[in-house]
Amino acid sequence: MANVENNQIRYLNPPTVEVRKKKYCRFKKAGIKYVDYKDPEFLKKFLNEQGKILPRRITGTSLKFQRKVAQAVKRARSLALLPYVTDLLK
Amino acid sequence: MLKQYETVFIATPVLSEAQMKEAVAKYTSFITENGGKIVSEEDWGLKQLAYPIDHKTSGFYYLIEFQAEPEFVAALETQYHRDERIIRFLTVALDKDAVAYAEHRRQVKAGKKAAAVAEPAEPAQEVEDNEPETTEEA
Repeated sequence: MANVENNQIRYLNPPTVEVRKKKYCRFKKAGIKYVDYKDPEFLKKFLNEQGKILPRRITGTSLKFQRKVAQAVKRARSLALLPYVTDLLK
Repeated sequence: MLKQYETVFIATPVLSEAQMKEAVAKYTSFITENGGKIVSEEDWGLKQLAYPIDHKTSGFYYLIEFQAEPEFVAALETQYHRDERIIRFLTVALDKDAVAYAEHRRQVKAGKKAAAVAEPAEPAQEVEDNEPETTEEA
């Protein structure tokens, strides 16, 4: 009770403050304007292990470039540079 | 108005080198004969496919960058469809960023080739490490 009156809250364990790294769009940062479908190694950064395209909330890509990444991945898939379905891509 | 395009096709791996050259010559001449201009060509050689196409696990990749009338693309794709040697193809129109990127890519390739000639002892590992960096600069 005394603590509340003093406007202080005491914790038994100090609260863990998570310092999260701010996500950023790597295309905007690096000034890339065109996403190349001919470079599967680069596109693999935007895929999960099953070869699915990762959502923006994980990669931090801006909407403009997420669309371009998706387009490039789909082109690479049709040219058999990337698989449509797989396991253990990385 | 000529527009810039880029086409990649995959030919069956059963072709001999001469047959592959003949197929490439057929398409390059088909482009130039129909009022197109070849900007660049790139031979990727025999590559493993990420998944089997027509029970084949590898194929010869070939990239042609060209300028042509938009109507020509349909004619080119008809040729691809009729050709039994071609197992997969993709034709993409290039916007101005893509053209700039293609230009840059060619210069990097040419630079690498020159470096490889000058320093043949350079380990291949280093060249591969440079690859992602160059794409990010583009």
